[in-house]
Amino acid sequence: MSSKFLLSLAEKRKKLDSSNFLLFVTVCLFAVMYILGCIIYNEQGFGKMQIFLNMFVDNAGLLVASAGMTMIMITGGIDISVGSVVGLVCMVLSYTMEKLGFSAFTAVGLVLLFGIAFGAFQGWLISYMELQPFIIALAGLFGCRGLTAIISSDQIAIKANELFLGIANAEIPFPLGATVNKRGVKLYPSIHPSVIIAIVTVIVIWYVLKYTRFGRNLYAIGGNEQSALLMGINVKKTKFIAYVVEGFLASLSGIVFCLNTTSGFVEQARGFEMEAISSAVIGGTMLTGGVGSVVGTVFGVLIKATIETLIRCQGTLSSWWNKIVLSVILCFFIVLQSVIIMAKNKNKK
Amino acid sequence: MANISVLQKIKKSQLLFPVAALILMLIVNVLITPDFFKISINNGVLYGFIIDVLNRSCELIILAVGMTLVVASSRGTDISVGAVMAVSGAIIVRLLGSSYDGYAMALPLAIFFGLVGGMALGAFNGLLVARFNIQPMVATLILYTAGRGIAQLISSNDTATGIILYVRMESFKWIGGFLPGVVVPTPIFIVILFVLATQLLLKKTALQTYIQTVGINPKAGRLVGINSVMIIFLSYLFCGLSSGVAGLIASSRIYSSDANNIGLNLEMDAILAVALGGNSLAGGKFNMAGSIIGAVTIQCLTTSLYAIGVSADQLPVYKAVVVILIVLFQSPVFKKLRAEMKLRKHNVITYAGDVK
Repeated sequence: MSSKFLLSLAEKRKKLDSSNFLLFVTVCLFAVMYILGCIIYNEQGFGKMQIFLNMFVDNAGLLVASAGMTMIMITGGIDISVGSVVGLVCMVLSYTMEKLGFSAFTAVGLVLLFGIAFGAFQGWLISYMELQPFIIALAGLFGCRGLTAIISSDQIAIKANELFLGIANAEIPFPLGATVNKRGVKLYPSIHPSVIIAIVTVIVIWYVLKYTRFGRNLYAIGGNEQSALLMGINVKKTKFIAYVVEGFLASLSGIVFCLNTTSGFVEQARGFEMEAISSAVIGGTMLTGGVGSVVGTVFGVLIKATIETLIRCQGTLSSWWNKIVLSVILCFFIVLQSVIIMAKNKNKK
Repeated sequence: MANISVLQKIKKSQLLFPVAALILMLIVNVLITPDFFKISINNGVLYGFIIDVLNRSCELIILAVGMTLVVASSRGTDISVGAVMAVSGAIIVRLLGSSYDGYAMALPLAIFFGLVGGMALGAFNGLLVARFNIQPMVATLILYTAGRGIAQLISSNDTATGIILYVRMESFKWIGGFLPGVVVPTPIFIVILFVLATQLLLKKTALQTYIQTVGINPKAGRLVGINSVMIIFLSYLFCGLSSGVAGLIASSRIYSSDANNIGLNLEMDAILAVALGGNSLAGGKFNMAGSIIGAVTIQCLTTSLYAIGVSADQLPVYKAVVVILIVLFQSPVFKKLRAEMKLRKHNVITYAGDVK
């Protein structure tokens, strides 16, 4: 009896290494930051349900992009072109709907098609032509930003398309955390449809990564490409499909982002790739590939959102601090990852 | 016989491709602006398109030198160079006593601290890459985003962050402009000094061999007794220094510190220069002369694109296309394809010979 108990305990200990440990750290960090925020900024209403939901509303696009990033990072690659793709998508959406008078469906369809084509091009270069993913992503980063500038160098706000604006501004009441105002009317906190798109995407990717053959293959390739090949996995094809899906997700993320901002300009979403990568890394996705989960990534996004909310509540700090604090946390986590890997290698020896 | 060997030497030379690319770009430029090579003396200084191209390419050459070492030793690229430029520029201008507050430090001292700032950021990158084994692009991505934030914070006063600081010191202009009484732009002298010093450092010590060994196979390097961690760290440190020098020139050119625009999109140009110079982005052997020629070629490309009316923020598209073409050309699949074609050609010839 006792030996069985010990064994199960040992198994639990074993389970807590690397990825789970990182996820554990992330969840703790989020909890600490959130609770501290609730205590310090209680007067500004930090603990309110609406503030918590706003974290999702403000970062719906980031959720989609980070989920895609997690998938790519599990294969051992990286896609730093996400920010530029999001910027380009916002620009195309606002330009086509505002200047060319496209309907919302045509514009969104066009953008999604572009995303798939862009992903396919990147995937072909990386998996079939065996080019370094970094360089291709970097070329994508600069290429898309430049394309955005070619389309228009002005800031275009979407004002005319009622369908798009309707979806962007629709408010969906959230059943929990209602407050009663002075007149005794119950006020429900609300979210926008963009959040629902993001959550659905995250759930789908979570399912694909965890329960489908394709998802399993991604983990195998990231863990060790050679053994994956020997196991009979079509590495090139799987990678290619992963990049196509990533391209689709990047453009979807752009659409969600555009639902929040309803405008497009050249500098839109600069540094977004950094946020997506840090969300995934903070959420326990290994830069070396093979380890990671979308659940962790959601917490990564939440941490980024908490930092933003904290800095906003503080009031006097410049918004540049968002980026600096996020970079510091990212730096902490990648060093932590590398220390874990080094310790593991030592144990093996 | 001697002719053939010279021809073969040229054919085999690593510099063939970069020089050809440069000549091509020069021809394109001459076609766009006919008086491209015309040099005159205006207001006591050299004046002309070609001088302008050389002058403007100075920052890029310095960055390319640093980037070459980083690529060679760590098989990755440093994408934070532009942001580091902005940081050192901001430090120097702030210390010199800007329009808002007066530290009023002596020029050499301010430059020293600016360069030290650049080296510190380079050391940070190096620490992450060399000691913690993080992929270079991810490690430098941190400063790529945070660097401009730091520069913004440095160039701020009590009321606002991220403002443009102006310098009130005539001699600071000389660095990016002209020394009094000299017709050649000062940056060209700085570049020559910088390149010579680097070459001396690489050739007179065993550093060049060490860097190449580490880049080709870090493990083998360690087995023969090279401290690969230190070599990679040093190359990032050096890249930080070169970004600092480039930042100094760039901020002196505009006589102020602009955290948002100094070195913007230059990281792409620097990588492109290294790749154009015939260096493999997968690390290992490198050719410094190639990178320098590559940098001048990129500047020619930029100038010609400006000449046909492409705006600054549209430039990256064309450069991205060039990068993809170059890495495609360098890719293993493409090389295999070329080798196969050569073999087939060879076979056909020998077969034809047999028939006779």
